[in-house]
Amino acid sequence: MSYILEVRNVVKHYADKTALNNVSLAIPKGSIFGLLGPNGAGKTSLIRIINQITYPDSGEVLLDGEPLQPKHVQHIGYMPEERGLYKTMKVGEQALYLAQLKGLSKQEAKRQLDYWFQKLEITSWWDKKIHELSKGMAQKIQFVVTVLHKPKLLIFDEPFSGFDPVNANLIKDEILELKEKGSTIIFSTHRMESVEEMCDHIALIHKSNKLIDGKLIDVKRQFRTNQYQIGVKTNQADALIQKLRDYQFFPTFAEFKSLDEDLKLNVNIPDQDINRLFQLVFPYGQITHFVENIPSINDIFIQTVSHK
Amino acid sequence: MSVLSLIIQREFISKVRNKSFIIMTFLSPLIFVAVALLITYLSTLRTEVKTIAIHDETGWFYNQFEPDETYRYVDVSAVPKSVLLDSVQSKIYDGILFIPKMENVKDYEKSVEYISEDSPNSGFISHLERTLSQKFTAINRVQNHIDTLALSKSVVDVNLNLHKASGEETIKGLNEIKVFIGGAFGYLIMMFIIIYGNMVMRSVIEEKTNRIIEVIVSSVKPKQLMLGKIIGTTLAGILQFLIWSVLGVVLLTGISYFFGINPLETQASTLNSMSIEGDYNIQLYVKEILSLPLFSLFFYFLIYFIGGYFLYSSLYAAIGAAVDNETDTQQFMFPVIMPLMLGVYIGFFTVIHEPHGTVATVFSMIPFTSPIVMLMRIPFGVPFYQILLSILILITTFMGIVWFASKIYRIGILMYGKKPTWKELIKWMKY
Repeated sequence: MSYILEVRNVVKHYADKTALNNVSLAIPKGSIFGLLGPNGAGKTSLIRIINQITYPDSGEVLLDGEPLQPKHVQHIGYMPEERGLYKTMKVGEQALYLAQLKGLSKQEAKRQLDYWFQKLEITSWWDKKIHELSKGMAQKIQFVVTVLHKPKLLIFDEPFSGFDPVNANLIKDEILELKEKGSTIIFSTHRMESVEEMCDHIALIHKSNKLIDGKLIDVKRQFRTNQYQIGVKTNQADALIQKLRDYQFFPTFAEFKSLDEDLKLNVNIPDQDINRLFQLVFPYGQITHFVENIPSINDIFIQTVSHK
Repeated sequence: MSVLSLIIQREFISKVRNKSFIIMTFLSPLIFVAVALLITYLSTLRTEVKTIAIHDETGWFYNQFEPDETYRYVDVSAVPKSVLLDSVQSKIYDGILFIPKMENVKDYEKSVEYISEDSPNSGFISHLERTLSQKFTAINRVQNHIDTLALSKSVVDVNLNLHKASGEETIKGLNEIKVFIGGAFGYLIMMFIIIYGNMVMRSVIEEKTNRIIEVIVSSVKPKQLMLGKIIGTTLAGILQFLIWSVLGVVLLTGISYFFGINPLETQASTLNSMSIEGDYNIQLYVKEILSLPLFSLFFYFLIYFIGGYFLYSSLYAAIGAAVDNETDTQQFMFPVIMPLMLGVYIGFFTVIHEPHGTVATVFSMIPFTSPIVMLMRIPFGVPFYQILLSILILITTFMGIVWFASKIYRIGILMYGKKPTWKELIKWMKY
């Protein structure tokens, strides 16, 4: 697998604290990578190093196999958490300016802008100033100036804060489309559930250290609990529970949504012997619900941190 | 187009398009001319004439006080003193000079009174004292049979002739003119630094509060952004200065013609009305001013202007980066403004007395004051090695400060919600 970005043993200290403690990451080309962790974990420090805003004390970062150099800024699109635009500058002018700073020629920048403004149906905003636009509208412009120069690597720090649900979905779709076209995307967020469904790779950062990284599915398999939810329509609930206890399925009451008034249980099936469970349950009634309890990233995070 | 020129262009255009900039540019000369006109008008207004009553029991001072634009004198020797006191209280007279009759002339030293309701102008009082003393002295001399004529003939009044070692004639007051010329340049530098340094600072703060800064520094180096800002703002400032000068000249000329006063003519007629000796002095002044190294003075002005301005505006940029809003800048402003002020004061108080004294020489070397102090010294003729040394120190410091400022800038622009202290700024250097 080839990597668009490799972070090797990066260490970053500020005067009295460590922001990154020997962090290594590899981000595969074409993936959506979730950089997850609570506030203050070191995510933004890492992203600023990738963007060459600050530099690591030691360690190195490779973009597309090459050590980071000033020219690489044009291959990266970055939407920071602390984001904004010039309030008194016209939308079109500042988009052109920001695109040119990323190395686009004026003509090319204009062409890309026309494309995006039409796509997002915001052409009429060209001559408006940012302070005349709503926050959501400004965020759309912010998104456009981030992706305008067709970067290989897109980095979004807390991407969906400030977007209303409609715009958030719109931006999600655009990001997925960019991925289809070959861009690699990094999401950095402390609200892990917000990007979980989109990411195929994740890394968890906590207190300057990387705890876990890998393919999302592998991480989840690693933290599999072998716990399942089962719903049974039965009038012999007590007898069924007793039976499950006898056979070491450790039933506990569960909470999930269903339209029937059934018995809702969590059960442990350590050796994957699902059929044996079903055979036990069948005589007592009808099975209406059966699903594996997949740990959320949040669960995994809490579990990992508490084990440390 | 290079990134730096893009930034310069944006800064320049955003400054020049700014409403307050446009208003300032075109309104300031108008306000300036209006104030100048107002001052001229006010100074032509006649001041209120004061009436001074003189109660003279000696009879020596009849018609001794010459009335002028401000003071008129009335002889009230016939009116009793008690009545006169009432008339001062009821503001009929502004003051009474009460000269009693004394036995001995020497006794008048302590016995003449001036009575008024308001506190009298000290110039006027010394005028009265002078007139009284002269008259009493003269009387005293006559009474003691002193030959007044011989006395006045015996006075020797020395007036120094000033020469340079080369034998050229020189004149008094030239130092003042030299300091004035250097001072004008120095003052211009100070004003420019304060006005446009502040503008740089505000523009840094603006990018911080807009939160666009991180977007920008992910594309360009903070140092480039800082330099671009300073240069762009400077260009806007120079444009503003040019517009001010042109507008000022046009307005002044226009108004002069409108009111039928030709400033050149007025000057010429004043010159003509001067005595032959005065004429000769004017020629000397003109000769001296023309013999000043005007070209090199202007050349050094440019060097010190650029050096000093960049030095200070990088500091302003660093301050802007360190804070979140303009009110937090106060604690940092004082150490920046102080050397500027110091430079101007040293220039006006020390250079004029001792242009090559230790104080003036030292401060024309210190880079934070040299742009002002050295420019004031140059008209007096400064050895070339001193100028060279001073410029070298200025450039070295300038590069050091830009490095220092861009470090603070780089860290500061990404720091929010902190009100840093000087100590913390120093700590940032290690990041």
